[in-house]
Amino acid sequence: MRMDIEKIAKLARIKLTEEEKVIFGNQLEQVLTYMEQLNRLDTQGIEPTSHAIPIFNVFREDQVRPSMPREEVLGLAPSQEDGHFKVPRIIE
Amino acid sequence: MDLYRLTIHELHELLMKKEVTSREITEALFRRIKEVDRKTQAYLLLTEEEAFQQAERIDEKIRHGEEIGDLAGIPIALKDILCTKGIRTTCASKILANYVPFYDATVVQKLKGEGAVFLGKLNMDEFAMGSSTENSGFQITRNPWNLARIPGGSSGGSAAAVAADECIAALGTDTGGSIRQPASCCGVVGMKPTYGRVSRYGLVAFASSLDQIGPITKDVTDCAIMMNAISGYDPFDSTSVPREVPDYKQFLIPEAKGIRIGIPKEYFIEGMDPEVEKAVREAIELYRSLGAEIGELSLPHTEYAVAVYYIICTAEASSNLARYDGVKYGLRCKEYEDLLEMYMLTRARGFGQEVKRRILLGTYVLSAGYYDAYYRKASQVRTLIRSDFEEAFRKVDVILSPTAPTPAFRIGEKVNDPLQMYLSDIHTIPVNLAGIPAISIPCGFSREGLPIGLQLMGRHFDEGMLLRVAYAFEKNTEFHLKKPNLA
Repeated sequence: MRMDIEKIAKLARIKLTEEEKVIFGNQLEQVLTYMEQLNRLDTQGIEPTSHAIPIFNVFREDQVRPSMPREEVLGLAPSQEDGHFKVPRIIE
Repeated sequence: MDLYRLTIHELHELLMKKEVTSREITEALFRRIKEVDRKTQAYLLLTEEEAFQQAERIDEKIRHGEEIGDLAGIPIALKDILCTKGIRTTCASKILANYVPFYDATVVQKLKGEGAVFLGKLNMDEFAMGSSTENSGFQITRNPWNLARIPGGSSGGSAAAVAADECIAALGTDTGGSIRQPASCCGVVGMKPTYGRVSRYGLVAFASSLDQIGPITKDVTDCAIMMNAISGYDPFDSTSVPREVPDYKQFLIPEAKGIRIGIPKEYFIEGMDPEVEKAVREAIELYRSLGAEIGELSLPHTEYAVAVYYIICTAEASSNLARYDGVKYGLRCKEYEDLLEMYMLTRARGFGQEVKRRILLGTYVLSAGYYDAYYRKASQVRTLIRSDFEEAFRKVDVILSPTAPTPAFRIGEKVNDPLQMYLSDIHTIPVNLAGIPAISIPCGFSREGLPIGLQLMGRHFDEGMLLRVAYAFEKNTEFHLKKPNLA
């Protein structure tokens, strides 16, 4: 097995059941084997493409504009208080 | 007259002549939906109240003799990945089951501005990840031509709804074929525009360097009308391109004389369905008879496209979907000890199997020690795939291929074999990697009566050429006029 499925699941912040670990582990192993074919290609010196068309920085004047409506944004949160998103305590 | 069977341009004429009202058209569509959607299961949500309000606004305008655009009063439906203000937008995911955006996607706003009437939100593979719409967190959509078959995916609800006359046209999104493959499976027209042609603002992100919104319609004329409405630069999407949008209707010329059409030999692969090959070869002969210049060409890196795609799209997805953490919106699990557990349980419960699989794969290919071997390598091969197309388009105007290697497969057939599912996108994926536009149009039927799609690929921003070549085919064939029997 190439993939340490437990470690990857933790990095991805997804809790897997024991059954999922086995199934995903096997399926992803198969997919990674398929991807090995890329090693047949010599890509030394080839620029990677991250976007298919040229992308440039977009600048605009730094003008004050209304931002997203705070009440509506917070209204979507599972938990909120005093204008903030609320999460479990992270500092002891 | 069955109004729901008509196209955008046919209904527009009736509206202009005051032979029918938008309200009547909208009523006809909701009746149709109520009659057949229990068979196709294309819709996740209907927005009747808003639809009739909009229809009446347009009827009012027409009564007052105001000028109306091509889409005014025309019932359209949206893939449920496009944000709609005040209307639930789920991405067919349990993690967004109750998400109600407070803003419209730019394309939604544009269509609203044109006076389009929105009927509702359409089913899809969860977060657009899939080729069959079986990965929806809510329901399985069925192919109107054969209810035991998949409608394709991920825009399966959009293609099925258009094919079943449950809307006049729809919007889908295409990251690796998700407009074209379902259009092919359902016998309708689907276009993936050039990357940057249409704003992605308000499109829930899956793979940001590949995603693009496009129309699914009953014919090529309607595709041009929809492209006119949704194209153009948007300051809210920095990857949209500030480039003039032509009137796409001007390309609807039923001639293909002198147009150079290339046939990529790598797209006629082993394992391709013989009926698909036959239909596509016949399409080539039709173009030849219309005076097009046909030549074989090579896109030598085609065989690597699926591997490249599933590295890049999963890497981007793992990053994009990190936002679903139970904090700002969406689902939060009920029991947890600490923040980490809250994340891990929320995502375990909210995401379906394919989404989890892709996030895991994407996390792996980006993780320390593997980045160069996978993500960097794939991005380099992406350059080679892009160059193949650049080279080819020096010699031809359009590249022609099947849209998918087979007609629609059976529901359940590939659900436990992700790799086989991934390979069904082999003809559509290279287009997204290269960022070029492509269209799928109906070009035949299998003996079992399943539609077969023809794909035409073009240069960056040359959607006009694709519409022209597609229109020439449509004017000389009748495949687009056939309807599934849902009685």
